[in-house]
Amino acid sequence: MIALRAEPFDAAALLADFTARAAGAGAIASFTGLVRGEHEGAEISALELDHHPRLAEKALVGIAADAVARFRLIDVAIVHRHGALAPGEAIVFVAAAAPHRRAAFEAVDYAMDRLKTDAPFWKRELRSDGAYWLEARDSDHADRRRWEAEAR
Amino acid sequence: MRITFFGRLRDAAPAGPVPPGVRDTGALRAWLAADRPELLDPSIRIAVNDEIVLGERPLGGDDEIAFLPPMSGG
Repeated sequence: MIALRAEPFDAAALLADFTARAAGAGAIASFTGLVRGEHEGAEISALELDHHPRLAEKALVGIAADAVARFRLIDVAIVHRHGALAPGEAIVFVAAAAPHRRAAFEAVDYAMDRLKTDAPFWKRELRSDGAYWLEARDSDHADRRRWEAEAR
Repeated sequence: MRITFFGRLRDAAPAGPVPPGVRDTGALRAWLAADRPELLDPSIRIAVNDEIVLGERPLGGDDEIAFLPPMSGG
């Protein structure tokens, strides 16, 4: 399942549904990213997630297809929020089903690294000390490059 | 030509109609940068009709151009 959602989603329910449909898989790994409650001592009241709808859809579909091909997955799911989110709400859910655990773990890690730098979403945190746009950090770009360096 | 801005550029708006001499992405970026110099930053990418453009591309009247600052998904 690949989806962009304006409304909150239940990551546990998504994982249960994904698991029920992953016939023949020996391993499922999943990741859920949440809105943080604070940033260096400043309380976060909300996260605004701007996105380019058509490019975002294309990016999610492309990242999912690349993950399936690269790690020979049985199935993959990526669900991503946009709009206004409250602390504790899920921003992103990624799940991978594979014959064995290593591929499932790595596929989820790979998809998250790609989302951080290659998916057209822009986060703005509303904090007790002001509103701040976030951008991928140097460490996110370094994480993304790991997958180029690794010859598979 | 329809021009949209995302993320921290969201509030940017062209000063007026695109002049007739602006016929490619490089010229459009340069024209807009007169008011918003940060648009010249190479980290800001341009998409034309939902395709990210590497290098320059000619533009016509029906094109939709999006200015994309560095992304932060996930």
